[in-house]
Amino acid sequence: MIATEKKVFTRSPVLTPKITHYCPGCGHGVVHRLVAEAIEHYGIRERTVCVAPVGCSVLIYKYIDVDMSEAAHGRAPAVATGIKRARPNLFVMTYQGDGDLAAIGTAEIIHAANRGENISVIFVNNAVYGMTGGQMAPTTILGQKTTTTPTGRSANEGPPIKVCEMLSTMDAPSYIARVTVDKPAAVRKAKRAIITAFGRQLDNKGFSLVEILSPCPTYWRLPPVKAVKRIEEWMVHTFPLGVYKDKEAANADNKQS
Amino acid sequence: MTKVLMSGNDAVVEGAIRAGVDCYFGYPITPQNEIIAGMAARLLPLGRVFLQSESELAAISMVHGAAAAGKRAMTTSSSPGVSLMQEGISYLAGSRLPAVIVNIQRGGPGLGNIAPAQGDYFQATRGGGNGDYRTIVLAPDSAQEMLDFTFQAFDLADQYRSPVIVLSDGRLGQMMEPVELRDPPARKRVKKPWALTGAKDRDAFFVCSLRLPVPELAEHNRVLDKVFREIERREPRAEAYRTDDARLVFTGYGACARLCREAVDLLRDEGLKAGLLRPITLWPFPHKKLLASLKKAKTLVVIELSYGQMLDDVRLAVEGRVPIEFLGYAGGEAPSIKELVALGRKLLKKSSRKKASKGKRR
Ligand SMILES: Cc1ncc(C[n+]2csc(CCOP(=O)(O)OP(=O)(O)O)c2C)c(N)n1
Ligand code: SF4
Ligand SMILES: [Mg+2]
Repeated sequence: MIATEKKVFTRSPVLTPKITHYCPGCGHGVVHRLVAEAIEHYGIRERTVCVAPVGCSVLIYKYIDVDMSEAAHGRAPAVATGIKRARPNLFVMTYQGDGDLAAIGTAEIIHAANRGENISVIFVNNAVYGMTGGQMAPTTILGQKTTTTPTGRSANEGPPIKVCEMLSTMDAPSYIARVTVDKPAAVRKAKRAIITAFGRQLDNKGFSLVEILSPCPTYWRLPPVKAVKRIEEWMVHTFPLGVYKDKEAANADNKQS
Repeated sequence: MTKVLMSGNDAVVEGAIRAGVDCYFGYPITPQNEIIAGMAARLLPLGRVFLQSESELAAISMVHGAAAAGKRAMTTSSSPGVSLMQEGISYLAGSRLPAVIVNIQRGGPGLGNIAPAQGDYFQATRGGGNGDYRTIVLAPDSAQEMLDFTFQAFDLADQYRSPVIVLSDGRLGQMMEPVELRDPPARKRVKKPWALTGAKDRDAFFVCSLRLPVPELAEHNRVLDKVFREIERREPRAEAYRTDDARLVFTGYGACARLCREAVDLLRDEGLKAGLLRPITLWPFPHKKLLASLKKAKTLVVIELSYGQMLDDVRLAVEGRVPIEFLGYAGGEAPSIKELVALGRKLLKKSSRKKASKGKRR
């Protein structure tokens, strides 16, 4: 007898039924799905505006079916600030790469975080500039070879920037966490972090950011399976996973004690 | 109607509030600090958006966000700050978003100084940022026009879905004058069906300048060009002052026009036929209006607080029909009225001598 079929997965309606242009094994696709599912989770598709970055995910508007705005390279947090201040009832998020957020857009992310701007930031850290062909990113790991660090990142460039650590020194942000998408369990954890982050904005708690360590097999010059393994072997040592700031949890603790 | 004594910078605030500005974002820089302070003082009690940004790059991007959300958004700055805004202005133009940018020009290049200057004409009228675009540029010459043009810039921006620049300078910004607190002639408020409000009961929108496939960007550039041609047809503005019979015409915008107007009156007192053609829109440049003012003219004198930027547009308009003299100052210096009168007298006498000698030879 054949068992009745059990549906174990449905594509979120917030995700368009398109084939992405991302390379095989790229993390952007998984993160897109998690963002779409988190939007679906709260039922906020019709009031969401996402600010797209300049980077491989500049085409995110094709895949996530919500209103979108462009931003110049790195300026997404400022554009999001303008949208959110203009229409506070909208749910406003940015989706940014590590070059976009941690190099050219450093000022914008720091000040949006410091204002406690009520927006949510999805920060995809793949330790490289994907779109422009694999140059060093601010997050490139010491020793990592890129087209502009042909013998590996060294003291010449300085060590990588740790965004979660840096932003969590500020008073205003509500939630800052670093997750990854290298295993099913990690993907589920990443989704919970994104849902938590989005919830903070919906509860008017202010700025939230989820950094996602994400494979770029193409410019790590590795086959997809090996690239995914590299996250655990190599990336998490520089970028430890975890919740770096959680004001709500801290508040709850304070109340208890 | 009652008049109030106020600075040009304060008049910008008044004009913006009257135009219904919803959101202001800005970064401090002299000589426009009265505007950002005035905006904070006026907008916050009204429950509208005021935010001091971390830079001009951020300010113009915040304007971009608010404009994309369908709101009336503006920023103000002075020359070095406006340089930083060029990135955002190009994105606004490419995304077809309305916004108002006021530039209270100061001396340059670089940090220059905080004295009044007109060195940003090229930047304002040639697009300024990357790509093939133009922005409407309005040039006030009084505190009253600082109010009126700021007000009207919002209507123009909405109508053409384009950033609009009000190009002023530190002299006009700081100077106090009587200003009538009025709503200048307004255009019909246009709807913004393209605004990002959430994809409810409609498809999702993407407000962007990005068009990767060549045919799509080529088409977008054609659409933009059509809008620019329409603006060139419909929007050139200039003021002709005593030009009907003028044998010598001065041309200058903003603060320079004020000096020229006084020089014209003094020359007329001496019985000399001088006039002034003041461009009000610098882009589109009022070519036809300039030519029309030259019917009787033997000489055209261009006055600028730069070493010749508007001069290029004047040459393009005149195409050699009359000889052009140029007087430029920069770094905060400006011609005196006495100097303009002496120049006018000399040129008028020279042209009448020429006429006399031509007559003799005949
Ligand atoms: C002002 C400006 N400078 C440079 C570029 C070129 N550029 C496009 S994407 C990019 C880097 C993107 O890297 P990242 O943010 O890490 O995104 P990824 O592609 O890795 O997802 C650069 C430098 C640009 N578009 N604009
Ligand atoms: S280059 Fe890297 S980041 Fe870009 S799509 Fe390919 S794998 Fe993804
Ligand atoms: Mg990257």
